[in-house]
Amino acid sequence: MAVKVMIPAPLRVYAGKRHSAEFSAATVGEALSGLTSEFAELRKHLFTEEGKLRAFVNVYLNDEDIRYLAKENTPTKDGDTISIIPSIAGGSSDNAH
Amino acid sequence: MPSDTALWISSHLAEKIREHGVETYPHECCGALLGRDSEVLEDEPDAEKKIAPPREVLGLFPLANRNGDSPRNRFMVTAEDVRTAELAAQKQGLEIIGWYHSHPDHPARPSEYDRVHAWPWYSYIIVSVNHGVAEDMTSWRLNDDRQEFSSEEIEIRQHAAILR
Repeated sequence: MAVKVMIPAPLRVYAGKRHSAEFSAATVGEALSGLTSEFAELRKHLFTEEGKLRAFVNVYLNDEDIRYLAKENTPTKDGDTISIIPSIAGGSSDNAH
Repeated sequence: MPSDTALWISSHLAEKIREHGVETYPHECCGALLGRDSEVLEDEPDAEKKIAPPREVLGLFPLANRNGDSPRNRFMVTAEDVRTAELAAQKQGLEIIGWYHSHPDHPARPSEYDRVHAWPWYSYIIVSVNHGVAEDMTSWRLNDDRQEFSSEEIEIRQHAAILR
């Protein structure tokens, strides 16, 4: 089953400048494993050292955030699109007040 | 921190960012920078012309600051807002090349909090707004190792470059 993974602009440099890549995968997790196997440099930008998705990395299956589905175990079907969406944050001070 | 990269922006759009910072003061403003990245012209035989003009901001997509807890010194853009901004960019034949935000009553320098939450490649414009008046505007890019930002020269241009 071919699943398309869309690579966001800030991560394309670690993925051979590709905008997307296709993998045979039965779950979102398998597709992301395929992605980081093919483009090893991507791993540290997507996953923590413990192998969890980084807090500011959001993954959508088609139009739905996988946090509200079965997370990385969310099943995929042929023709699905997985999008990696960065959350953006910052601010002037290191301490909230 | 060396300035190896440059960012072009028209005086009009630069002013829009300042205005947004003033408008939301004392809270931080935020928005997406839509534009085109610099690209290497592979087919150009003249080496000096191989590098296209620098990365250029050609539009803005102002967003609401979704940080409800500490909006005076934090900003947040949700994934949904990122998706909305990406669609807006695509409709104009552009892409998100970075983000802007204001530092109310703080210098236009990235904080540790900025660094921890930043992504490589994007340009991060920061405008300092002191007592409601927009002052310095700077731009930064996070290094590949995510350990520090490098400053990026902002070149304010009278008009946007001709679309490539």
